Amino acid sequence: MNDARAIAEETARASYGRLIAYLSARSRDIAACEDALGEAFAAALTHWPQSGVPAFPEAWLLTAARRKIIDGARRAKTRRDAESDILILIDEVEAMTREDKFVDERLKLLFICAHPAIDPALRTPLMLQTVLGLDAARIASAFLISPVTMSQRLVRAKRKISSAGIPFETPALADLGDRAAAVLDAIYAAFSAGYDAGDSADAGGADLSREALFLARLAASLLPENAEAQGLVALILYIDARRAARRCNGAYVPLEQQSAALFDQSQIGEGDIALGRAAALRNPGRYQLEAAIQSAHLSGKLSGDDTSGAIISLYGRLLAIAPSIGAEIGRAAALIKAGRAQEALSALDAIDTARVETHQPYWAARGHALAAAGNREDAQRAFERAIGLSADAATRDYLNARLRDLG
Amino acid sequence: MRYMFLLYSDEDAFHDASETEQMKIVGEHMAFSEALRKAGAMIEGAPLEHTRLSKRLRGAKVEDGPFTDSKEQIGGYYMIEAKDLDAALDWAARCPSSSYGPIEIRPVWNIEG
Repeated sequence: MNDARAIAEETARASYGRLIAYLSARSRDIAACEDALGEAFAAALTHWPQSGVPAFPEAWLLTAARRKIIDGARRAKTRRDAESDILILIDEVEAMTREDKFVDERLKLLFICAHPAIDPALRTPLMLQTVLGLDAARIASAFLISPVTMSQRLVRAKRKISSAGIPFETPALADLGDRAAAVLDAIYAAFSAGYDAGDSADAGGADLSREALFLARLAASLLPENAEAQGLVALILYIDARRAARRCNGAYVPLEQQSAALFDQSQIGEGDIALGRAAALRNPGRYQLEAAIQSAHLSGKLSGDDTSGAIISLYGRLLAIAPSIGAEIGRAAALIKAGRAQEALSALDAIDTARVETHQPYWAARGHALAAAGNREDAQRAFERAIGLSADAATRDYLNARLRDLG
Repeated sequence: MRYMFLLYSDEDAFHDASETEQMKIVGEHMAFSEALRKAGAMIEGAPLEHTRLSKRLRGAKVEDGPFTDSKEQIGGYYMIEAKDLDAALDWAARCPSSSYGPIEIRPVWNIEG
């Protein structure tokens, strides 16, 4: 009985996005498809333990969902055009069920979620919900938004997709680059939200970053010619490979002190393959450079060589194509490590203070730079400010310790 | 919009903690208050004395505290200014007491309309 339940759950996880993509590519009503599929999963959980797991679980689920959608359409009699769409859907699903295969349309779903008409802040949550089936409460907590608000925003976004007629298709080649970039950005945002939330014990954040890795791999396999998609897979794998090393009994461990023995070698290996594949496409970009930076950090730690020179120059290239505060801070940290604290300090000074008022990593980096430059008092003030802006106890403890070192 | 943060925690745990531990928590709150002030979000905030010292007036009768058996009591509060609930939640997540207990975030009724 538990087996059937486990299979239903596994199928749910693996095929949710494919089923939603397939169903909603035709009916365009993502919300209705989600409801129908949700009911189909619920039915599977009652039927499968009794009658056994069907030979083709996905086909079973699609057929069950299809029935729910027809029922729904019958109830909403006024929507005649919707009904004709659904009749086409039924024919296709039936053909597919007979052949037991269906087209993977998740790429269209990813593109719809990252459509320019969708609020950029909602693209990531929408992807997590429609492609992976995560519930609004969990998404909300990763993005620090109240569950009700998140759920309302998602409902509105889905209504917009169906009522504004956002096309359910892979964009033409001319637009593919920009739109793919939006898809990748949303996936990376999901990873970061999960990775950061993973710091607090009960946030379920670690899971969310795994889901993001799943999406990144999916995007890379659906867009094999896109170097940035491969680069993103490498970047996520490299960062994730250090997961176990960045905490010691709950305490924050900075990169320099992380133990290379705790790095996940298989993830690093897979990251190397992805980055190699990206390089072969000869189309550098933000994610590939960030992956290369992570790779330089890892090889520095693994070999014991000083790779800070390479890291500084990679950050320079990254800032030239994709300027960001995060990259400025990363470059400053590399400069400090290379013994160039004054340069780090002037780079940090150059950042508009209004943009970093509440940005904890900026004040921590500033504290380190000032301490390295021998300016104890200002370093203390910067660390104090960073402590006040920290959202997690381990970071706060680490910064308190740096403050004591100065004392 | 103004938001009130009600900080719940086990007050005995704080009072029983070592002085170093207490000073650490106080220091974290000072840093948090300073960050709020620098961002122009601080209205006010303070720790509350142990509920042992509280009184309750019910009708015309004064009762002594504590009044609750629950493990977590309100140990302090902040009143902040934030543009919306998301911004308020963002500050609440940085509040050091989130490591010790729940924080209730209450939008404050705007009387001026």
